[in-house]
Amino acid sequence: MKRGKIGLLYLLPWIIGLVIFTIYPFIAALYYSFTNYNMIDAPKWVGLQNYIQLFTSDPDFKNSLVATFQYVLLTVPLQLIFALLIAFVLNFKLKGIGFYRVAYYIPSLLGGNVAIALLWRLMFGSTGLVNQLLNMIGLKSVSWFSTAGGAMTVLTILKVWQFGSAMLIFLAALKNIPTELYEAAEVDGSSRFHMFFSITIPLITPTIFFNLVLQLINGFQEFNGPFLITGGGPLNKTYLASMFIYNNAFKYSKMGYSSAASWILFIIIMAVTGILFWSQKKWVYYSDEAGN
Amino acid sequence: MDEVSAAIKHKQRMYRTNAVIRYVIITVIAFIMMYPILWMIGSSFKTNNEIFTEIGFIPKHFDFTPYIHGWQTGTGYTFTTYFINTFKILIPKVFFTVVSSVLTAYGFARFEFPFKKILFSALMATMFLPQVVTMIPMYLLFRKLGMLDTYTPLIAPTIFATQAFFVFMLIQFLRSVPTSLDEAATMDGANSWQILIRVLLPILRPAIISCIIFQFVWTMNDFMGPLIYISSTSKFPVALALQMNMDSTGSVNYAQLMAMSVLAVLPSLIVFFSAQKYFVEGIATTGIK
Repeated sequence: MKRGKIGLLYLLPWIIGLVIFTIYPFIAALYYSFTNYNMIDAPKWVGLQNYIQLFTSDPDFKNSLVATFQYVLLTVPLQLIFALLIAFVLNFKLKGIGFYRVAYYIPSLLGGNVAIALLWRLMFGSTGLVNQLLNMIGLKSVSWFSTAGGAMTVLTILKVWQFGSAMLIFLAALKNIPTELYEAAEVDGSSRFHMFFSITIPLITPTIFFNLVLQLINGFQEFNGPFLITGGGPLNKTYLASMFIYNNAFKYSKMGYSSAASWILFIIIMAVTGILFWSQKKWVYYSDEAGN
Repeated sequence: MDEVSAAIKHKQRMYRTNAVIRYVIITVIAFIMMYPILWMIGSSFKTNNEIFTEIGFIPKHFDFTPYIHGWQTGTGYTFTTYFINTFKILIPKVFFTVVSSVLTAYGFARFEFPFKKILFSALMATMFLPQVVTMIPMYLLFRKLGMLDTYTPLIAPTIFATQAFFVFMLIQFLRSVPTSLDEAATMDGANSWQILIRVLLPILRPAIISCIIFQFVWTMNDFMGPLIYISSTSKFPVALALQMNMDSTGSVNYAQLMAMSVLAVLPSLIVFFSAQKYFVEGIATTGIK
């Protein structure tokens, strides 16, 4: 029992932090979401009004949810497919693998930096690198930031470019697959292609699941890309939810309204993650024989 | 017999061809991946005209003027101020993260106590909880405490091991360290604090190094935190200074903008390359097991 108390003592800072920085703000955000609060007058209780307004009379919010879903549905699968394929290729015993691992990881390391956002704006500018390349191969320049598809493509490329961290997690999982499985399949005359789908994929479904959950949660909260690169444009087509929340809170001082939007986003993320966890038993294999 | 050896030869040849194809694929992709960064570095030496007409990343001249002028900025402060500000946030954040995360991980990995399961679930939950919800109440709290436009809101959470990722990584690492070491030290009369400091801390070194690197890079990249809390230009970290620079001088001189962008990512690259072994391992251990 004494030792138990000592253990709790070591956890004390973390427990205090949990209360102040996680539990309190979650409950407070819920409270503010039922109020009008402009930071000058005291918060005024308005019941469900913020939620009703968000859903019935704010096209910007609906827009931001649509854009966020588009962004997540585009970036998450693309990024994971890339990460998995490259990890698969890198998993074969190749010399100099360390170099490639690093090269593929660097974008994940720097991708969130403002510097890269600036670089992206310059690269996709009207006479930027990307259009120069298009012209070189005989294609017309694209005005990336003035069409919805163009702007979303720019943000998607930035996100997919950062597949390195998911790739490293996949690579670690692939290393755990016993090579005898592949050897046995080879004896049976399986092709590489077939092995990938019948051995590799099933055995790493737990890792796919982990990466999927992680990337979804991050994707729904993406802020830097739309804020710094597209400014939410054109015509709010890349105005993602976190930017909506930021603008309403810190530009328009609508703290209550913005809190309601943040709780809706939270519920959406939890619902999507919940569905994923529920679907787990249908497609995720946790085996005890392999991969320990 | 001949047929078998022919088959083996055929197979070896196939492997070799496959290996070549694989190298070509991963090299081409690596080149495409790295090109934006190379182009950024190259552009920092180019004239505007060169940036918008030359696809190659190697500049005609290596002229450091953009670095010198870019460093001065048109904002009233030089990047010396902005880098000092960044490190004023970064150093305490890294220090507190390591201390608080090691203590928490030690508690979870080595002790039994009431409600341990619930607390551990809470730890895992915070790793996945969307931070976007906590943003507004935290801002309002720090506003009430009169701490806006100071670095406290950015640093304070790290004192309480709020980033579960670090705690989890250290717990995973500690679990792989046999408890027989602790037991031997207990026999010698060491208490739990001495065990942590003398026995476990040296073993934890690689995991601590990867915590340091992660927190370093994440703090260098953090934009939203300073954007919300820091309002005086004199207190801006590099991330905010770059954004302001883009809005003020961006359309005039792209080389200067790219030069400062290169410098903004340089510390992260240096730290990463000096200890990338630990870093890559760190990601792998949190991802699996």
